[in-house]
Order: sequence, then C-alpha cells, then structure tokens
Amino acid sequence: MTSRPLSTALSLVLLTLGVGMIALLLHVNRHIQEQMENNIKGIDMVVGAKGSPLQLILSAVYHIDAPTGNIALSEAEELQGNGLVSLGVPLSYGDSYLGYRIVGTNHEYPKLYEATVADGKLWQKSFEVTVGATAARNLNLALGDTFIGSHGLAEGGEAHDEHNYVVVGVFESTNSVIDQLILTATESVWEAHQHEEDHGDEVHEEDHDAEEHQQDHAGQEDHHDHGEQEKDHHSGEQDEDHDHDDRGEEITAMLVKFRNPVGLIQLPRMVNENTNMQAAVPVYEISRLFGLMGVGLDTLNAIALVIIIVSGLSVFISLYSALKDRQYEMALMRTYGASRWQLVWLVLQEGLLLTLIGFILGIVFSRLGLFLVSNLMESNYHYAFSGWDWAAEEGWLMATVLFIGLLAALLPAIRVFRINISKTLAND
Amino acid sequence: MLKTRSLFFTYNRQVQFHFPDIDLEAGDNLLILGESGIGKTTLLHLIAGLLPPESGTVELMGTVLHELSAAKLDRFRGRKIGLVFQRPHFVQALNVQENLLLVQYLAGKSQDTNRISTVLDSLGLADKLKEKPHRLSQGEQQRVAIAIAVINNPQLILADEPTSSLDDKNCRRVATLLQEQAADTGAQLVVITHDHRLKEQFRNTLNL
Repeated sequence: MTSRPLSTALSLVLLTLGVGMIALLLHVNRHIQEQMENNIKGIDMVVGAKGSPLQLILSAVYHIDAPTGNIALSEAEELQGNGLVSLGVPLSYGDSYLGYRIVGTNHEYPKLYEATVADGKLWQKSFEVTVGATAARNLNLALGDTFIGSHGLAEGGEAHDEHNYVVVGVFESTNSVIDQLILTATESVWEAHQHEEDHGDEVHEEDHDAEEHQQDHAGQEDHHDHGEQEKDHHSGEQDEDHDHDDRGEEITAMLVKFRNPVGLIQLPRMVNENTNMQAAVPVYEISRLFGLMGVGLDTLNAIALVIIIVSGLSVFISLYSALKDRQYEMALMRTYGASRWQLVWLVLQEGLLLTLIGFILGIVFSRLGLFLVSNLMESNYHYAFSGWDWAAEEGWLMATVLFIGLLAALLPAIRVFRINISKTLAND
Repeated sequence: MLKTRSLFFTYNRQVQFHFPDIDLEAGDNLLILGESGIGKTTLLHLIAGLLPPESGTVELMGTVLHELSAAKLDRFRGRKIGLVFQRPHFVQALNVQENLLLVQYLAGKSQDTNRISTVLDSLGLADKLKEKPHRLSQGEQQRVAIAIAVINNPQLILADEPTSSLDDKNCRRVATLLQEQAADTGAQLVVITHDHRLKEQFRNTLNL
C-alpha cells in the first residue's frame, strides 16, 4: 500500500468522498425532517392570506419564508367559533430584530410547543416580549433589555423607532421554532404598525396640501381632482374609525387545531371555497416538500453510491497491480513456510484496511460538513442541528463499504491462492 | 538424510526430465552441475516441494514431501528447508531484520532477535540490521539471502545458482559461507549451478 502512494491515495479520496457524501446527506436529511416534524406538533391547519400553501406553511409554522399577506381578524375569529375547531392561535409577523422575527400572538402559542419560561415571565402587555432561547443567546438579550424592531424580515430594515420592546422573559430551549423567535402580544405589532400608518398619513397630507396649493393655480379640471382626493381621504378616515371599533383589524395567519379528524376533511375546503382566506395542512404540505426534495436527495445518494463503487474498483485495480509486482514476494513467502490462507488473508486485510480508513475519513468529513451546514443554516435560517450521534444507517454504510473492500480484494486473493510458486520463482 | 527416488517431471511432451537418485547423509554437501535447460531448477523445486513430481518421491528426514497436505507441506518447508535463489529477493517494504523476523514468523518459530544477530554477525552483516535490502550491494544481498535460508536451523539448504551473478571473490566467499552455515546448523547443503568455479570447493559433485 505504501509502496504505491498515488493509487492508494486515489482509492482513499474516492472512498472518502462517497462515504462522506452519503453520511452527510443522511444526517442533514434526518435533522431537517426531525426539525420539521417537531415544529408541526399539534398544528392541524394554517389559515392565512391566499397564495402558495407551501409558503404559508413555511412562513407561519417554520418562520423561514415571507408571509403571504394579511387576513381580517374578524374572519379568523369567525372560523375559531366553528364547532370543529378546538384552538386557533393568531400570529402577526413581518417585523424582526437583527434578523430574528418578532411574532405577535397570544399565550396559547408557546403552549403549543410546551415552551416554558426559563427566566422572567410571559409578556403581559404591548411591547413586552419573551425571547426564544437561541435568539436570546445570539442577540445577547437579557431581562430588562430594550430594543427597537425593524420593519421587514431582513436585517437592517426600516426601524420602528417610536417603540421600544422590553424583554420580560426568556424561554427554555425547546428544540423547536420558538427558540428562534421573539414573542410578543398581537397588539404590539398592531400598535407599531398603526403608528406607522398614522405617520404615513401625515406625510400624505403634507403632499396633499402641496397639491392643493398647486391646484389653486390650476383650472377647473383640477378642482374635480381635488374633490375626488378629498373623498378618498375622507373614506380613509372612515376606515380608520371602523378599525378602532373592531380592535385591530388584521393578523398574518392563524394556527388551527381540530376538535376531531372530521375537521381535516371539512374545514380546509370550507375555508378555501367560502372565505377570502387560504387554508393549508402542514403535514400534507411538508410531505409534498419532502417529495420534491426526495428526488434531489435520491439523485445525490445515487451519485455517492456510484462514487463508492468506483472507489471499490480503484481499490481493486491498485491491489491487483500491486500484486503483479509482488507476486514474487508472495511466492517467496510461501517458500518461507507461509500457507495459502495466510497470504489470502494478507491481501484481504489490505483491502479491508484500505476501505476502513476510507470509511473513517468519510465519516470525519461528513461531520465536518455537517458542522459547516449547521453554521450556514443557523446564520441563514436560524436553524441549528444538534447531535453528532452515530446514525443506524451508518452501520449499514460501513458494512457496505467493507463488503466492497472485500469484494475488491477477492480476485487478487484468489490469484494469490492459486499462485504457482515454482513458475513465479523461475520466471524472474 | 535426503533421498530422491526415480524423480520424473514433464512440462509437456517435448520437455521431460528424468533425474538420477540422490542419497545424502546428514552433514553431507552436494554440488549438482549442469548446463542451462536440463532441469536444474526443476529438480531443486521438486526437492523443495515447490513442484509436485509426475512420479517418484522426495524423502527428507523420513517424511515423503508430496504425501503431505498443501498447508503441512508449506509449514514443513518453512521449518526444515532453507532456500537460496539465483538473485536474492526480499519483501521490499521491510528492512533486513524485519525480513528475518517475517521468515521466523511464517515458519511458526518464535521471533528471536538474538538468533538474527548471531547469523548476521557470522555473515559479516552485523551493521546492516536496519538497512532496506535493496540498498545493499549484490554480494551483501546474497549474504542476507543465506541468512534467511539458515535462520530457522533447517535440515536442508537448497541453493539455486547462488553465485552466478557474483565476481570470483564474492563467489568463493558465498560458497564458503554456505558450507560454514550448513556445518553450523548441521544441515545438508545442495547447490545447483552451472558455475564451474564452485567445483573445487565441493567433494561430492553430481553432473546432470
């Protein structure tokens, strides 16, 4: 092996690549699946604005996509009154702090994930927040800290600089999406945006005045415009008044739990057909997502398997050609008293050792890759993997790889077994 | 006590060898002389049990070689027969000492570094212990080959053209060393060669 460093290295690189790829995919897939399933827990249906159902699920359940839009609270509450619904949790999101999402909701939401408060308490009034474990750690937020939320989900969005959020609690780590969120009362989100709307109107009014000023100089046509604009403005005010009566008009989505399985059959259809909202079933959407991802994963797995097989071939070639050079050595060892089986075992050992080293290197690389992917996921999606444990499938992977090593060594071993000592020695 | 009886071997119809019977007592040496192509190496391989004869027997210390099973024959050869080849060959990856340890191990003997030092010392190779064999000179390599042949105290030392690639000085030296080593271990020595330089050093000569 050491006398043929290049071909040995080639075999090892190929093996490492194949094994590393499969092990990495195995773990990434498992972690994603675990995380996804963990977060669905107890949510039978999500109701939100019309759009892509997958987007609704990704944004409302996993908080990794943009929301589809807003729905009227009254409409959502009407649904909540339906006899088939046992629980409806309103969510209002769209704001963030340094990339971590601020979600307005009620106290039912953390209950859904069995999240308990490690420090402090749940929010009691507007602009009080309780922070998820990971978010608190990475943002360095502790009890009593204040921060300013920004509009939008990306870092560095426009700041709502009028209102400070106050941290009143930090959650225990739950290994679910809550860890990555900043939870507050629904009213905080409304008020933050309400204020912005008022502010926006003021700006509009200034423009309006300017237009009016211009319009004074203009002709009759402009007067007509002016009238219309005034009407617009007026109706806008009316809307606002109406809102106040309703106590905050919109939420982004509502997580729904059914009283019994009949709900699954009736409610999504009802919502999609009879209301302005969209209903999506997380279990269904996620299995659809995995179906789509599965094709890619299967392809990658197949490629990795081919790489492993090619590496087996390369081990075979390197052993076989090494044997050609060492045939004399083998015959020599037989004259020293080595039995056929001893030499066969020697060759098999070499194949096994080579593949074992490749396997170990592959596992090491997969863990390294996992670490990188985990870091990437955490910085991009605020999802972290936990656990570097040994997957059961890796046992199978090892068995497969060693079997391939054995197979690659088999033909050279047979050649060694059948070696004609006399001829080999005489031919030199 | 080496006995061969009516040994016959054939590669094909054209190449057939009938070998004369050989009787050798303990402590005896024998030089088998013959030109190329008359089956010298074949005879040596037959005696060493590396080739099964078409007919006839080889008997060493009362054991008929080709009545042993393959594994037992390998073991018997390792313990009782020492072989020296025309051009020395070693396991390239191992140094001189490791090669000798391997030979002890393969013969099923205990790995005895004292014995190795003694043998190498008597062959004037004491300082080459940790050297890789292919770094040694031709003469030194041939002496290491002798060390390998005698390390396990064999009953029979078989040498196939041990001197053909050596100059006169080294030729004499190797022949003398072979005889000395054989005498030291109480083994019979059979040298097969076409090298007439060796004739004067051996009492018993057999012409093929």
